[in-house]
Amino acid sequence: MERLFLLLALLSLVLILTVLRSLRQERIRVEHSVSWLAGGFVLLSLSLFPGLLGSFADWLGLAGAPLAILLLALVVFVGIFYRQSRAISELKDMNITLTQRLAIVEFELRSRDETGS
Amino acid sequence: MKPPRVLLLIPAYNEEAAIARVVGEAREVLGDFPVLVVDDCSRDATVAQAESAGARVLALPCHLGLGGCVQAGYKLAYELGFDEVVRIDGDGQHDPRDIPRLLETLHASDAEMVIGVRDPAQPGFQTSLIRRLGIAFFKLILRPILGRPASDPTSGFVAVSRRALHLFSRTFPLEYPEIEALVVLQRRRFHFEEVPCRMRPRLAGRSSITALKSVYYVVHVLLGVFVNILRRTRI
Repeated sequence: MERLFLLLALLSLVLILTVLRSLRQERIRVEHSVSWLAGGFVLLSLSLFPGLLGSFADWLGLAGAPLAILLLALVVFVGIFYRQSRAISELKDMNITLTQRLAIVEFELRSRDETGS
Repeated sequence: MKPPRVLLLIPAYNEEAAIARVVGEAREVLGDFPVLVVDDCSRDATVAQAESAGARVLALPCHLGLGGCVQAGYKLAYELGFDEVVRIDGDGQHDPRDIPRLLETLHASDAEMVIGVRDPAQPGFQTSLIRRLGIAFFKLILRPILGRPASDPTSGFVAVSRRALHLFSRTFPLEYPEIEALVVLQRRRFHFEEVPCRMRPRLAGRSSITALKSVYYVVHVLLGVFVNILRRTRI
């Protein structure tokens, strides 16, 4: 069991450090890093305080801590993916609006050039 | 009373083989009707062909899909002050000689949109079996939602009033827009009418909706229809 918590701690640290490195290199925006960092810290905290995980598993009636880890990781990442999908949808809407606006502005500029006004 | 300013809108994507003939035929039938081709970032010579046939071209810098492409045309038409827009496909399936009948119906009725539908008495070109099944399915689904039958809800041959133009320039489905557009209209209590027309085979090219895509089409449009029903109307 200890190995499992050690592995979880390591993976959480790798996740946190990777996101921080990407932030430093300006490859990810701060607002998009928040959910990843929060997810990483939740998993790290649970691996450092295994008692918490045990209590959580008991409360849910799960067979053991590994199942609780799986469930929590699933919840955390589903939340993150949902946020990402919303961000992608918003970006797509903005992209469509910008594309249409650019085409209309170009059309109007060309029309002005043609009429010489 | 001033006659309404009407624009003929033709969305096109990789239609270099057909677009010049479609524009030419429309200009021949309709005289000095302004014709706007909205090019959805074609990879072929659609823009050059359309311009050579006498159309103005609104060229999108990125491929948006049919809904985004048509909406760009509606936005431009609305901003330029057009009162009505007639939309036909860029592949030659719609006969421009039917356009005056669509506009007459638009003027004579209180409808915001008139759809050119396949005439059962002279069906002309028949679509694939899968598409006919899809149409039959959506006719069944739409009947209670619209409160009236829609005989050819996938038709892209439409005339819209300035009220509908205003609505569509703000909200218009992105992909496979025809069926969802009917629900968008219904949600605002707008009306539509139908005019039977003879459909023709494509002049060139093939439909982008393949057998496999038909399944995606049905799921996508079905979801879009119900999302439009659930969505709060903001206009």
